[in-house]
This record gives sequence, C-alpha cells and structure tokens, in this order.
Amino acid sequence: MSGHSNFQSNNAVVKWIEYRLPIFSFVNEALVVYPTPKNLNYWWNMGSLAGVMLVVQIITGVVLGMHYTPHADLAFDSTEHIMRDVNYGWLLRYMHANGGSMFFAVVYIHIFRGMYYGSYKAPRELLWWLGIIIFILMMATAFMGYVLPWGQMSFWGATVITSLFSAVPIVGEAIVAWLWGGFGVDQPTLNRFFSLHYLLPFVIFAVVFLHLWALHVHKSNNPLGIDIKGPQDTIPFHPYYTVKDLYGMGIFGIIFAWLLFFAPNLLGEADNYIPADPLVTPTHIVPEWYFLPFYAILRAVPDKLFGVIAMFASLFILFVLPWLDTSKVRSARFRPVYRMLFWAFFIDCLVLGYIGGQPAEGIFIVIGRLATALYFLFFLSLPFIGWFERPGKLPESIATSVLEGGGGGTPDGAAAKAEDRG
Amino acid sequence: MADSTGGDGHDPGRRDFLYVAAGGLGAVGVAGFVWPLIDQMNPSQDVLALSSIEVDLSGIEVGQSITVSWRGKPVFIRHRTEAEITEAKAVPLDVLPDPEGDEARAQKPQWLVMVGVCTHLGCVPLGQQGEYNGWFCPCHGSHYDTSGRIRKGPAPTNLAVPAYIFLDDNNIKIG
Amino acid sequence: MFRFALISALAALFIMPLTSRTLAAGDVTKPIEVEWQHGGPFGTFDRAAVQRGLQVYRDVCSGCHGLKYIAFRNLLEIGLSEDQAKIIAAEYTVIDGPDDEGEMFERPGKLFDYMPEPFDNEKAARASNNGAFPPDLSLIVKARKGGENYIYSILVGYMEPPDGVTLAEGMAYNPYFPNHQIAMGPPIDDEAVEYVDGTKNTKEQIARDVVNFLAWTAEPSLEARKRMGVKVILFLIVLTVVLYGVKRKVWAKMH
Repeated sequence: MSGHSNFQSNNAVVKWIEYRLPIFSFVNEALVVYPTPKNLNYWWNMGSLAGVMLVVQIITGVVLGMHYTPHADLAFDSTEHIMRDVNYGWLLRYMHANGGSMFFAVVYIHIFRGMYYGSYKAPRELLWWLGIIIFILMMATAFMGYVLPWGQMSFWGATVITSLFSAVPIVGEAIVAWLWGGFGVDQPTLNRFFSLHYLLPFVIFAVVFLHLWALHVHKSNNPLGIDIKGPQDTIPFHPYYTVKDLYGMGIFGIIFAWLLFFAPNLLGEADNYIPADPLVTPTHIVPEWYFLPFYAILRAVPDKLFGVIAMFASLFILFVLPWLDTSKVRSARFRPVYRMLFWAFFIDCLVLGYIGGQPAEGIFIVIGRLATALYFLFFLSLPFIGWFERPGKLPESIATSVLEGGGGGTPDGAAAKAEDRG
Repeated sequence: MADSTGGDGHDPGRRDFLYVAAGGLGAVGVAGFVWPLIDQMNPSQDVLALSSIEVDLSGIEVGQSITVSWRGKPVFIRHRTEAEITEAKAVPLDVLPDPEGDEARAQKPQWLVMVGVCTHLGCVPLGQQGEYNGWFCPCHGSHYDTSGRIRKGPAPTNLAVPAYIFLDDNNIKIG
Repeated sequence: MFRFALISALAALFIMPLTSRTLAAGDVTKPIEVEWQHGGPFGTFDRAAVQRGLQVYRDVCSGCHGLKYIAFRNLLEIGLSEDQAKIIAAEYTVIDGPDDEGEMFERPGKLFDYMPEPFDNEKAARASNNGAFPPDLSLIVKARKGGENYIYSILVGYMEPPDGVTLAEGMAYNPYFPNHQIAMGPPIDDEAVEYVDGTKNTKEQIARDVVNFLAWTAEPSLEARKRMGVKVILFLIVLTVVLYGVKRKVWAKMH
C-alpha cells in the first residue's frame, strides 16, 4: 500500500485517472502484485471470506432497512411483512440473519488461526489490535441487530445485556437509563439500536481498511511463522490467492446456502417469533451462539460486578496477548508445549460455549467455573511457556521448506509434511 | 502436490475453457444475487393487493364529483351534465394539444373517471374551473376541458384515465 | 492428527447449539415424531391437508385464536380459487371506515383484508378465557420449540391427570405442555369437524391437518425457499468444481 509503484498501462483513460488519483496502482499493489508467502494453507482463506461476509451483511442490511420500521409497535409486524409480502424478503432476511452467524464462524476461525500460527507477534501487534476492535464492533452490531425484530428474545436479550452496565459502581443505574432512554428497554432503545446497527458496519468497514493497511506493511504471516526473506519466498496475490480465495468462497457458499435455504431457523430461537412482551420473561434466555462462551464466563462468577469484569476481561485480555506470549517463535508447529495448550484452550472455548447455552444450575455451574479459570490460565501461563519451552528447529526459509515438502503448489501438502515433522 | 503432477497444465484449450466457464458461471451467480436486491424495491404483495378499488356510483348526482384515493393518488369521478358532454364531444380534435376523442376517455358518457394529477408536475387540479369549464391546475396554470383534456398551459398531455370496468350500472372497479 | 481434531471441533461448534437446545427441554415430555410432507430439502405443503386445516382453524380454533398475518388473498397460495377465497372472505365481517359521516362501518371481508381478530384486545381475550391469553396462531409453529411435532402433541396429548396431581381451577392436564397444566381445554375430539372431502375425521387426522395449515401460515415462503435452495446449491457445486479446476491450473503454473 505504500512505496513506489511499478504499475504501467497504455490505456489513455487509465493513464489520465492514474495521474490524478493513483487508484489503479493502489489496487494493483494491494490485490494483484502484492507479494504473498507461497505456503499459505486454507486457514488463510478466512480473511477474505470475512470481508465478503461484511459486504453481504451491509448490502442485505441496507435493503432490509428499506422495509423495516424501528418502532416498538411495528417492528415485529414489519419483519413479518418482509417475510411474507416483500419480493424475496424472506431470502434477504434469512440471508442477513444467518449471514451474521456465518460471519462470526469465519472470524472465529480467523482468530484461532492467528493464535495458532502466532500472527499477533511483532511486528503485527497493531494488526492484531485492529482485528480485536473489529471483533468487538461486530459483537456490538450483532447484538443490536438481534434486538430489531422485537421478539421475546430480542427484548429480553437487550434487557439482560444492557443491565450488565448496572454493575458499574455508583453510576451504573444512570448509565443503563442513558442506554435505554427510559426506565426499561422500550421504543427509544429500539430506535437508537436501529440507528447504531446501521452505523457500526461502516465503522467496521473503516477499521477493516486499517487492518489491511497494517497487514500489507509487513505482509501475511504463514504456517511456518518465519519472515519472508526474499522474492523466492513469495508469489503475487493474483492469480494465486485470488483464485484460491474464490474456490474457498464456493465451498463456503455451499455451507451458507444449506443453512440459509434448508435450516434458516436452526441457529435462531423459537421465542423470537413471539412478539416482545415486557411483562413475561422466556423461561430460558440464551444469546446467539457466538456469544455463548462470554455469556458462560459472565455467569461463572457469582458476583454481579466481578462477573461483568470477568466477561470484559476475557475479551480485552486478547489485546495484551502479543506481550503475554514471550516466545520468539511464531508458529505452534515448532512449539510443542504451546501447541498442546492451544488445543486445550480451543476445547475450553467450546466447553464454555456449551455451558453458556445451559441453564445455570448443578454441574453446569461447576464446569463453567472450571472452564473460566482455564480460559484465563491459558493466557497467564504464556509468559512462562515462552521461557522454558524448547522450540523445534525452524526451516531456513519459506522457499526451502516448500521445496523439501515436495512441491509448493499445495499448501496442504506442505502443511501436512511440516505437521509430521513438528 | 496433485497440482504439480497435472501434465495437462500446458493445454491452452482446456485452460481457456475453464476460465471462460468460471467467468460465465460467476456472472450468472452475481446476476442471481443482484436480482432479489433489485426486485425487493418493486411493490410488495400487500401493496399489489390494494391496487384495485371498487366504487359505488349510485350516490353521485348529475353535476357532482367525488374524489377517491387509488394507489395513493386522487381519482376524480364526475357525473357529467348533458351540457358538459355536448361541449366535450363538440371539440374538433385538431385544436387539441393531445388529440383524443371524448368517447375514448369515458366508457359511459355521463361518467368521467380520471387520475387527478396534473400531467405537468404532479399537482392536483381544481374542478370546474379554468377557461374551459373543466379543471384548472393552480401550480402552473394548466387548463383542462370537461373531458379532462389539456387545452392551455404547460401540461403536455390529458389527465390520465385509469383502467376501470363497470361491474354493473352503479359500480366500477378501478385498477 | 490435529487437522482432524480441529475440523471435528469446528463441526462441534456448529452442532453445539442444537444439542444444548434439546437438552434444555427439561421436564417436558418429548413431542411425538410425525412425518411432515413439507419437511426435508424437497418438501412441499400437503395442499389437501392444509385446506382441511383451514377448515379446522375456522371451525375450531378461530373462536379464541387470531391469525393476523394471514390475508384472504393468501388462501390462493394453498390452492383455493379466487372465487372460493372471495366467498370465505365475505363470510367474515370487517370494520372499515370512517365513512363520509365519520362513522366506522361493517362490511363483508375482501381478498385484501386480514383474518379478523377474535377479541378486540388482550384484556378482552383474557376476560373471556379465565385469565389466559390465547396466542395468535400465525407464527405458532415457528414460535415453539419442537415446531410442528410440539403443536401436534399438544393437540392430541390431553389426558386425565395422574394420581397426586391437582389441577388449578380451569386448567387441563397435558404432559407435552411446560409444567403440564394448560389453560386451553382439549380443543379437538373425534368428529370435531365434518370434512367435505370425506377424509376420516379422527382426532389425530384433524390435529395433523390443522398443524399442516399452521406450518403454512408460519412460513408461506417455505416452498419457494426450498425450490430455490436446491437450484442455488446445485449451481454453487458446479461453480465450485470449476473454480477448483481453475485453482489447480493456476497453481500448476508455479513450477
């Protein structure tokens, strides 16, 4: 994204524009000649998929906004109006609702990939930070979007989540009243959530731009976690990774389409097809699946304030990850202890997600507390791991490793080989 | 590895076919995705269901008009007097900016049904006014005659006649 | 291999919400499993059953339960002719107005009208139903865990309370309902409706028919969705195979 461009064109129009606004050389550098490590595997597809999902969500969202009415008396009806009367309304709404889930799924894999291969380490700390900011913005956006249909789960989810802020000492109640614009979740809350739900995706878009900018300064990490040493280690982004990303999008699209067309309510809650009723709480309030691990951490702590602190801490601890991890080696492939810990952490996150969906009673409370402790223990143990762990021998360069792997064409092949070694 | 063993990588025919096929399918896919995004702005099913109305004419005396709302716009229904009908029929077509016979505008001569939106810039004309004793648009001074035809002023065409049918002598269905 | 572990774990991440849902069912009896023609990727509504279900709704349910998202014009989608739908619409009285005198007036229903509500408001509904509020049925199949099977089970599941269970005043015993005490009395008996098409009017048949109908009211777009889904997925598979070919070609050039 910076530096001298070697973009050349003989087209007069292109030249005319390029002289005034070098947008062609910009695109050329960012998406065409951009030098990318030869050995990226399919886990590196998630970034572009997330970008596509952001665009899909914005497009379908803008379109739904043409038919939706952000009023407590009309929100549920207008949602049903979209489902029944608007041309392709059901398609657009289901695409948007399930698109949120797909977006989160892709971003979660993206984050875990970054953790496994040490993509957060120097000099990519800010890149990592921008990613976490995107993730937090996504959570805020998704939460407010879920409120908009104004079903029972919308209403009570909004009540529970906004009430988290009442845990803040002294000013808690004032903050909550400010969030609500009243004495409970009501019309003012819905109206502002709609406004913010419309705004935040564009903020995300801007942060994604910064995220890519930071990425292009030091280039992509790779499964070996070693630096690019020269041109022999890289290939141009186009056509190699454009076509690979497109292929990945095809596979992703099939999964998305299956969910969208054959099980559109699978990840939703039946209660959200009941119009919001401030006088009756559903027996079992659960957030959307992508919030469940954090919800489990919230409930694991038996104190209101500390529960909220723990939940936010579980998110914000990601910011200090680059400094908690003291190892100089990036990829878990060459870090036997970290690799085990990573998988333990991954499974712990799944357990937390499961617990988050269960009623807070009996054995679930015990498991939830244990899993919460392990969650933080993972991060807190990292400084010591880096200290005593004896990493495996790193390959000399990406190019030599690819050649040893017997052909760099398939990152899978290279990855599998490296896995055997590591 | 499977990639590197493919010996037909130098066969330009197959490669070109693949590229063309991928590009073509991609274009079809994008079009398929874009169409719902466009079509959603068309009138929805509930709007279309209200696209026709039935009006009872029995209460309208000779020389009276009513205005009904149809598709969000005013529709003038006028029970014309004999004088108005005669006047409308007497106009030679060649003096009209938008030549149209009165028979073509009124299925039954005594009933004139038309959309009350000035064809100039969309204002609602006033009834039984103007130089031709028909309708007069106050916005920019368009004069319509007793058949709703433009006679003078900036409007380019006659007041539109909506599609309507007589269900029986006293009931019409507009739309 | 870690790769396998990761993939299965990711699969678990997706399936997790499902298992958590079924486990969360608690003390409620598992609903009866019924085969529905509109289930599965190629499912279509059983038109005859849906039409019989409409009759059941009108004869039995509509006294207490509204169906506010369904307009009479929608009945054309389940195979009624325009004239049949008009006749049904005209059997209902709807409030329109105000007229030129400023009065609201009653008139027969038309195609663009929606099903009239049985009660003027929630308070009136509760007053006539021993304090309980009969929910609108438009979305009931989607608004209850267990969907069609659950609604069907409720309809056929009434029984005498077991020993030791005392029912609250005006309540009935139904093992499929949360806490087993339901304010709605058994709505359907054998021969509760007389079918014009000669279908045997057993309790189970009537319940199945009305659930078919309510599945349609909950999601009228179901058939369009599944039809489009099959086409889209087939298209995406072809596109993906071609893209895979292109990807292999491109990457082969690297050597």
